Amino acid sequence: MATTSISFAESSLLNLVLRRADDALILGHRLSEWCGHAPMVEEDIALANIALDLVGQARSLYGYAALVEGSGLTEDHFAYRREQHQYRNCLLVEQPNGDFAATIVRQVLFSAFMDLYWREMMTSRDKALAAMAGKAEKETAYHLRHSGEWLIRLGDGTDDSHERAQTALDELWVYTGELFEADDIERGLAQSGVAPDVLSLEGSWNQRLAPILREARLEIPQAPFMQSGGRSGRHSEHVGYILADLQYLQRTHPEAVW
Amino acid sequence: MYTQALNGIPDEATDQSSEAARFQARVDAEQKIEPNDWMPDAYRRTLVRQISQHAHSEIVGMLPEGNWITRAPSLKRKVALLAKVQDEAGHGLYLYAAAETLDVSREELIGQLLAGKAKYSSIFNYPTLTWADIGAIGWLVDGAAIMNQIPLCRCSYGPYARAMIRICKEESFHQRQGYEIMLTLARGTPEQKAMAQDALNRWWWPCLMMFGPPDSESQHSDQSTRWKIKRFSNDDLRQKFIDATVPQAHYLGLTIPDKELAYDDASGHWKIGPIDWAEFKRVLAGGGPCNRERMRARRKAHEDGAWVREAALAYAQKRRARREAMQIAAE
Repeated sequence: MATTSISFAESSLLNLVLRRADDALILGHRLSEWCGHAPMVEEDIALANIALDLVGQARSLYGYAALVEGSGLTEDHFAYRREQHQYRNCLLVEQPNGDFAATIVRQVLFSAFMDLYWREMMTSRDKALAAMAGKAEKETAYHLRHSGEWLIRLGDGTDDSHERAQTALDELWVYTGELFEADDIERGLAQSGVAPDVLSLEGSWNQRLAPILREARLEIPQAPFMQSGGRSGRHSEHVGYILADLQYLQRTHPEAVW
Repeated sequence: MYTQALNGIPDEATDQSSEAARFQARVDAEQKIEPNDWMPDAYRRTLVRQISQHAHSEIVGMLPEGNWITRAPSLKRKVALLAKVQDEAGHGLYLYAAAETLDVSREELIGQLLAGKAKYSSIFNYPTLTWADIGAIGWLVDGAAIMNQIPLCRCSYGPYARAMIRICKEESFHQRQGYEIMLTLARGTPEQKAMAQDALNRWWWPCLMMFGPPDSESQHSDQSTRWKIKRFSNDDLRQKFIDATVPQAHYLGLTIPDKELAYDDASGHWKIGPIDWAEFKRVLAGGGPCNRERMRARRKAHEDGAWVREAALAYAQKRRARREAMQIAAE
């Protein structure tokens, strides 16, 4: 056997579905790393809950990806048998958990985007995506509420927590530009009414964030440049380690059923 | 997940007051004792110790299974495991809350755990080395826990009994989930079956130890039995577990790692070989493979999270102060 990786033709729709699915899986993976190590039991439960929602979303999306691809692949093929460059997630979600402030900032930035995204996706011409969006939007709204409340507590808590929150915001801000990058795939599917136009979401995203950051007494960072590459499979060094953990058993026992 | 069979109830002179007599009469009549009711100090202390030990076990128990969440072999298994470990956090939370009804704070109890003064179930001082350990923990550890915990649903202390009803429902789901993992492995590739057998070999004896020392060495069950906190002896529960589990192992096609295991027609029970109680004592005293790692992980989570808890507290105080200032201004 030459490789245990899958290869498949990636249509625009499949690529887009994998972007959303990979975002959800990788962030779910990151959040699940907290389980048993959170600052309090309530957060062990809450972070695991958000992780469960996200992995659940990923499963629905991979299931749909398998349908779109059409050659009999399954959700687990997409999660466990692709290589790093085939992953389509944005760089933001693969960033390490850092301290609790970094985890919360990452969540606020991502959930504020996804909540808007799913809300628009609910009117997609693609009925399957519209249905998935209906469920995901409710979950995402809660993720934003929970992480937003925490960001306010941290930003307006102690001097130490404020500094940690601001540092996390400064460091993660450079990964937010990628969320709104509209390449040919995003543009094409937006024009045909299948998916939201991500470029158009940036203004609303800033509006969603502004009151949270204001109440948290945090400054919006001035980033001279943004990082990108995740959507085309050029990831940070972190993804290799995520996949080494995630795929270890499937790669070691490729014939096994679990 | 589980509270280890409790030993070491304080030997106190039996309280002869009329309150004590009324208390015992209520317990005898199977009435529930509630937080505001009069209760003997030793009853309160026994419950605080048992409930908090149980809560600590749930929280420490998240670590060995949490170890496999990122490496779960399919998305379905990942979601199930994550939900299971989350359930354990939930059990910990409402057990701490049940303990708090006895006038002790969660902070104090966690402080005792982190200072090494409070115990948690020794079973979590064993490592999870392969995916099959996740199956074995569900099947055997949760299976043993259920045997111990079902009687606690009828415990005389109301808040504990009610917490246990929900916990037992979730545990029995975990147990079936664990058995299903084992079944899949046992019917899988030769490597998967070997993995399942290896996990059974490593978890079997420690699971039998979960029921606590043999009745012949367990000195303190009497008082707990009179208080209707404990209803069955360690050996009785252990035997019940063995009788339920041996046929399950046979169905899986796995071998129980005990050459002396034999069915006794006369009694209708499976008889086992001797348990290595020296190992039990060693692990209890801190000499298990993972005692230090587990405590280190809990302390690290607590210390790393201190600034977060401080921030939440500071924010709540600021908010209250601002609200009060606004009220004064409005008046």
